[in-house]
Amino acid sequence: MSSSTQSHEAVGDHGSENRLFGFWIYLMSDLIIFAVLFATFAVVSHNFAGGPGPKQLFEVPYLFVETMFLLVSSVTYGLAVVAMQSGKKNVVFARLVITFVLGLGFVVMEVLEFHHLILEGFGPDRSAFLSGFFTLVGTHGLHVSCGLLWMIVMMVQVLTKGLTSGVRSRLERLSLFWHFLDIVWVGVFTFVYLVGLV
Amino acid sequence: MTHEENRHPGPGHATVGKYMVGFVLAIVLTLISFGIAAAGIQPAYAAVVGLVLAAIVQMLVHLYYFLHLDFSREMRWNFISIVFTAIILLIFIAGTVWVIFSLNSRMM
Repeated sequence: MSSSTQSHEAVGDHGSENRLFGFWIYLMSDLIIFAVLFATFAVVSHNFAGGPGPKQLFEVPYLFVETMFLLVSSVTYGLAVVAMQSGKKNVVFARLVITFVLGLGFVVMEVLEFHHLILEGFGPDRSAFLSGFFTLVGTHGLHVSCGLLWMIVMMVQVLTKGLTSGVRSRLERLSLFWHFLDIVWVGVFTFVYLVGLV
Repeated sequence: MTHEENRHPGPGHATVGKYMVGFVLAIVLTLISFGIAAAGIQPAYAAVVGLVLAAIVQMLVHLYYFLHLDFSREMRWNFISIVFTAIILLIFIAGTVWVIFSLNSRMM
């Protein structure tokens, strides 16, 4: 594949670039999952079965705080990547911790919202609207939770292995994943929450 | 020429300044979205159009400032693949909404 004249490092970089692009293609397929869930939600979004609609269920200030958690975490992850490029291991670790805490804040707020809705009797079994809501928002939350798990692994690797080319390459892929989830969240807070409120 | 620069796709050319500009733009667009929803603009479809536009612009801001997607050579295949995906998304979502709502109105 690669010619023998290339240095080991150059070959490694090329592999890392391929993995980054491969991961990008995975993210494209993930977008298709979300597209299907958004389409489903759009179809059932007015089928309340006599139950509550968005205006009775959603609170704008709560949603705003949740959105800010994820947006700020996206930026702090970006700052971790900047620190990674200048090889500052401890700064990368600190910024990953901040990103993790913010991401965890987002997931905790979402779980509390779900818990509250289900206790009130407005679980996914109440109406088609709520089924679509829990499926779409829950799938996004599950992705964020997986991202948090991945981030724990990366924090451990940054501490134990340092910023090796493998660790850098993984941090770059997690960066794509994390920023993409924030883009999907823009779609969620707009089309699921805010459009339902106007 | 540029081959030797060895720029990575993705977060390869990240700077603090770029993230900060993206952050400020994203905050402004988020505030616009929440503002539209809170203002109770009438007619409702005008508010929906505003929300959709704000969301599209915010997604583009995130793609450029956070995912570093641009027209550069390094990002060409990332760009082509996301344009392809966007077309698929449009067909899935707009197609579904069109077919189901048309069916719904015919059944009334």
